[in-house]
Amino acid sequence: MKSSALNSSENAFPAPLIACDHLSCTYGNGTVIEGVDLSVRPGEFVGIVGPSGSGKTTLLKAMLGSIKASHGSVTRAAGLSVAYVPQLETVDWNFPVTVGEVVGMSRPQKSWWPGSSSSERQAIEEVLERLGLGGLVQRHIRELSGGQQQRVFLARALIQKPDVLILDEPTAGIDVTTRHEILHVLADLNEGPPQGDGIAIVLTTHDLNGLAAHLPRLVCFNRTVIADGTPSEVLQPYFLERTFGAPMEVLQHGGMPIVLEQGSDELRLRLSRKGAS
Amino acid sequence: MIFAVDLLKPFTYEFFRNGLLIATLAGALCGLIGVFVVLRGMSYIGHGLSHAVFGGAALAAVLNMSYFLGAGLWGLASGLMIGRVARKRIIGADAAIGVITTASFAMGLALQARFGQAKQSIDAVLFGNVLGVFTGDILAVAGVGILSVVVVVTLYRKLLFATFDPEVAGVSGVNVPGMEAVLMVLLSATILVTVRVIGVLLISALLVLPAVTARLLTNSFGRMLWLSPVLGAIFGGVGMYVSWYADVPSGAVIILAGTLVFIVVYTAVGVRRRGRVAGMDHHGPSLRAA
Repeated sequence: MKSSALNSSENAFPAPLIACDHLSCTYGNGTVIEGVDLSVRPGEFVGIVGPSGSGKTTLLKAMLGSIKASHGSVTRAAGLSVAYVPQLETVDWNFPVTVGEVVGMSRPQKSWWPGSSSSERQAIEEVLERLGLGGLVQRHIRELSGGQQQRVFLARALIQKPDVLILDEPTAGIDVTTRHEILHVLADLNEGPPQGDGIAIVLTTHDLNGLAAHLPRLVCFNRTVIADGTPSEVLQPYFLERTFGAPMEVLQHGGMPIVLEQGSDELRLRLSRKGAS
Repeated sequence: MIFAVDLLKPFTYEFFRNGLLIATLAGALCGLIGVFVVLRGMSYIGHGLSHAVFGGAALAAVLNMSYFLGAGLWGLASGLMIGRVARKRIIGADAAIGVITTASFAMGLALQARFGQAKQSIDAVLFGNVLGVFTGDILAVAGVGILSVVVVVTLYRKLLFATFDPEVAGVSGVNVPGMEAVLMVLLSATILVTVRVIGVLLISALLVLPAVTARLLTNSFGRMLWLSPVLGAIFGGVGMYVSWYADVPSGAVIILAGTLVFIVVYTAVGVRRRGRVAGMDHHGPSLRAA
């Protein structure tokens, strides 16, 4: 199921790996996402942006198949392997589990004895080494930096040799350096062979300038798809206001769009005046 | 020499040997299942199930039925009812457990008051009585123990994945509700066979103490899984032995022994951990604070 298709959906149109067709999902008594048409093709790198509570996580879970569609459908290519990296804040950091145990738990237990075989231990070591976590197998997950913690869960996903990698807010609550580091790792994984793995990547973020603007394809999302295209196509005041419910300005800097919240100047002025008095 | 002979004296009684064996086995079993009870926050379910079993045991005693049959069926029915009530969502699972199991417990008390002749065996369920154990009890604890070890070993990775991260486990092909059901069955069976040794009122402590003590001693799930039963066995055995000399019900001494060890470990580890955490602050994961 590995594909060497080129990046971006504009080149040729290979069959989608995951296709949402008029997808709606309901939680309890409210509809969370509605009429979503979205597909992910081999080798793509898609960022989904939207405010908190816009249903981004629900969309990811529907794509993974852990939430059922109330209307429409999600179609995954036959034999597709999808791996998920949860938001760090949903992880129980007090759970007694080491780095090696986290990565190993996603491998099916082949024999009756749960210990890792030597080939499994080697596979775990390799994936950790590759993500810069070599020598940390025995560490407890709390005794790691934020970037390392994120990479441990990435390692657990990668050891499943996925065709599609889905990440929920991979840079939430992480500092700038770590964010760059994570983005570089993801770019390597996304890049086609021979250098990379050609894994299709879907992630959610609310970091417009730090993350979203760097991705090849962006989807503005609030209950449904509001815009879908390259960052310069999508990061437009009209779409952003409809997505975030607040007016935003977009500047161009070195060919990259930069999003500014309108009214932030005024707020800064008021607050600084207050500090001066 | 007289001293040494005196220490071995209880072993000359068969009922003491049986008691020691079953207390050690029960401690180990509760220690193993307790790992999941503690990590999944099931301790209130354990507490509730033991109270439900008491109602069933009282009913069985009054009807002259087998304890395992009466208490087992009653426990099963309560478990199903808790599931049903909790699924309505308006009432939380904890409140559902509170209503159903305390009602069952109250029924047991009422039966005990009304039908005095069954009092002895009902008392045994309430406070635990190691000295009245029969071979059948020992076999029951050993049987559930072997079953639990086999299940936990063969399903190890799935149980770990489903306990640590149910959402992702489900996406990765683990049958998470199935794993939950397996653990519920093991927990119910454990309570059923050990409650007469430890007592309804103390069993939930034996499910928690070895596991939390083991948790303080290790950061690895795999190590916790063997450390906790070892500690449980020690608590059970030592508590039983001391209760002979202290002339105090064995269940109480077992729990007190466990509590003492927990306090010692907590204090020792607390000092060490605090040092380590303080050392980590400078270059550590303060990143998630935002």
